[in-house]
Amino acid sequence: MIPTTLRRSLLFLLLMMSVGSILFASSTGSVSLEWDEWLLAIQEPASRHGELIWHLRLPRALAAWVVGSMLAMSGCLMQVLLRNPLADPYVLGVSGGAAFATLLGMVFGVAVGFLPSLAVLGALASILIVFGLARGTGPWSGTRLLLTGVVTASGWAALISLILSLSPDNSLRGMLFWLMGDLSYASLSPGSFLVLGGCFILTLGLARSLNVLAMGETTARLLGEPTRRMLWLVYLLASVLTATAVSIAGSIGFVGLIVPHLMRLLVGSDHRILIPAATLFGGLFLVLSDTLARTVLSPQQLPVGVITALVGVPLFLLLLNRARLKGV
Amino acid sequence: MTALTCQLLDVSIAGKAICNQLDLKLAPGQFWGLLGPNGIGKTTLLKCMAGLSPPDNGNVLLENQAIDKLPRRAIARLLGMLQQHTVYVFDASVLETALTGRHPHLGYWEREGQYDKQKALDAIRAVDLEGFEARSVTRLSGGEARRLAFAALIVQEPAILLLDEPTNHLDMKHQVRIMNHVEEQVLKEQHSAMIALHDVNLAARYCSHILMLFGGGDWQAGPVGELLSLENLERLYQCPVEAVQTAAGQRFLPGD
Repeated sequence: MIPTTLRRSLLFLLLMMSVGSILFASSTGSVSLEWDEWLLAIQEPASRHGELIWHLRLPRALAAWVVGSMLAMSGCLMQVLLRNPLADPYVLGVSGGAAFATLLGMVFGVAVGFLPSLAVLGALASILIVFGLARGTGPWSGTRLLLTGVVTASGWAALISLILSLSPDNSLRGMLFWLMGDLSYASLSPGSFLVLGGCFILTLGLARSLNVLAMGETTARLLGEPTRRMLWLVYLLASVLTATAVSIAGSIGFVGLIVPHLMRLLVGSDHRILIPAATLFGGLFLVLSDTLARTVLSPQQLPVGVITALVGVPLFLLLLNRARLKGV
Repeated sequence: MTALTCQLLDVSIAGKAICNQLDLKLAPGQFWGLLGPNGIGKTTLLKCMAGLSPPDNGNVLLENQAIDKLPRRAIARLLGMLQQHTVYVFDASVLETALTGRHPHLGYWEREGQYDKQKALDAIRAVDLEGFEARSVTRLSGGEARRLAFAALIVQEPAILLLDEPTNHLDMKHQVRIMNHVEEQVLKEQHSAMIALHDVNLAARYCSHILMLFGGGDWQAGPVGELLSLENLERLYQCPVEAVQTAAGQRFLPGD
């Protein structure tokens, strides 16, 4: 953990690095641009390189940043919600619903532009199912929510396998890319910025309550939190973030798990600093991962989910091993 | 002055009566000991008194208002409870955790100020965790975690303290330290406390009143001098008890 006094500087550093990563991503790719070429191109959006930067790379980098931030924030919220540092944004089936709806759309030949809306609908359906079934009356039950969510998620997984096994070979590739998470067709609507900004401000406002909720439901109630209402709010916030992220880029794995974890090691568990740090780092991490996905086998492009998993899995095992050594 | 009142309270757990028609007032300046054998329902009763779970019948009043009608935030400013178990899952520091006691006193966007921080540091010193401020709570021993939870309660500054076996896991020095602190709160600040204990002698030394839970819904409450008798204790624990006279008064030992 870094000293408290340096934590604000870290946020500033992460912000600068985020901007830097987006600019870097705009200069890198199958057509690599030198510094002076890039500078020239960015001033002339109509030129060939300018077009490449303004219409392809920058929007994609920006989309990566927004998606990464959303997943990281959602991960932080889910970990508090389930009081488990290993929870991720997908554990309660939000992405499963989105994936099912999107693949179904692909099977029926729905235009690519409509797929994100389908993903949102699928995610919403999943949220409503889990919310409706787990709600009940009486005190908050994290276990009931977890079980309902996990079982719903496996239900979606079965339906997804069903679609994959029945689909013609020529559409399988697109489906698999989507399932692994892919930013090639990512397009950002103003709505996604609104979701990111709105959820960020709300979450930051809840940050001190999140600290208390992380100590357990009874402790939180004794410290004055109306926990039932708060935890449903946290669930809805996390779900909306996940649904939006998944609708933009498919279910990119590991960002929502690794980023909150890494940031917790760096800045500690105070959500007033953890939330902004994870949000910034999540964006940064996904921009760099996507740049790697575009360039490592260029001109061939990999789904970014493969990169995040390839980086994420060893990193995660390392962290887990460290935790074991500490005796957790 | 804040008081907590139980009115004709029926509390049960899994169909087993804990107390029937419990009538009791935790008045300012009173230090109540809650005694009873394992599994008799002390924790459930304390939770009910904290408004965490509803009674079967009767009312819990906080400042003459039904506790289930009050928002949790309002309750948390008046009433604090130390739970029996303290488990920390996330890696917060000792200071951050002590500061959570300020939570009910701070506004939505408000941050802890110098006053809050000083409160937390004083409480950390009071439970003898000085020098541990930056340490992660996941690396504390059982006794240290317990003392930290108590420190957070001090920081919360409630006028009514409900303590569920606060001396668990603590060595003799820290038991006395915590009991002294509660006693000081009760005597100097005219706060009130209800404390579930297994150590009859701590109760004899510190408490002004005793509530005994005998099982089957039977209970008895009153000043410590009347309640702590050999007869009552033998009935309570279903084992022979011997009384010993000390300079500080009567103390109790398990008999043969």
